[in-house]
Amino acid sequence: MSRKPSGLRAWLWQRLTAVYLALFLVTTAAALWLHPVTGFADWQARLAGPWTGAAAGLFGLALALHAWVGMRDVILDYVHRLWLRVLLLAAVAAVLAGSLFWMLAALLPAGLTGGS
Amino acid sequence: MEQDVHRLKYRELPGIRFPVPAVTSILHRLAGVVLFLAIPFLAWLFRLSLAGPDGFARAQAWLQGPLHGLLLFAAAWALLHHLLAGLRFLAIDLGLGVARQPARRTAWLVNVVAPLLALLVAGVWG
Repeated sequence: MSRKPSGLRAWLWQRLTAVYLALFLVTTAAALWLHPVTGFADWQARLAGPWTGAAAGLFGLALALHAWVGMRDVILDYVHRLWLRVLLLAAVAAVLAGSLFWMLAALLPAGLTGGS
Repeated sequence: MEQDVHRLKYRELPGIRFPVPAVTSILHRLAGVVLFLAIPFLAWLFRLSLAGPDGFARAQAWLQGPLHGLLLFAAAWALLHHLLAGLRFLAIDLGLGVARQPARRTAWLVNVVAPLLALLVAGVWG
């Protein structure tokens, strides 16, 4: 983990994103528990709000970053063959980038068309 | 020096007692990998739920599918263990609970509370 300055930066990002992810998850779980989603219109309207939409988008970004640092650590710890390492790191990056793109692509139209 | 050489040659792995904080730590890593594998599925489900009333109903049906109890428990455990163990690590980073006894106690607490809470979540939702 703590190799070279880039390792320290990754460590710091991992902690920063962890704090945001924890805060978001706990408050979102509490909000959904206290005010359950009643249906599609309610769901869309909630995510169309500028604050909830931005918070959710930031969650996706923080999650992708957090998962990248974590999976990178795991792969560097256990996989020592260079080609396999590169292959797995590329696969993780592709999965995360694709998922984030999907999530944001779903979120943006909700912000543009919903809430009316 | 001689002791170091001996320590390096020790091969009787089953004889080594695995400390509780080590269990918490390796489960935190395992849960993290499980959560990573869940990300594309959750992104797909999120997109489906916002695609329209039909998609929303299909996403809901997915969450209440035949395997949902076990899957929900597994996902809830992974998330709760990762969250609780993560908060424990953050506290340790800040110098809280570093000594052996508190570190062991909080490790036990995380290992036990995460599956119990997950059972509760799976039971309430399922």
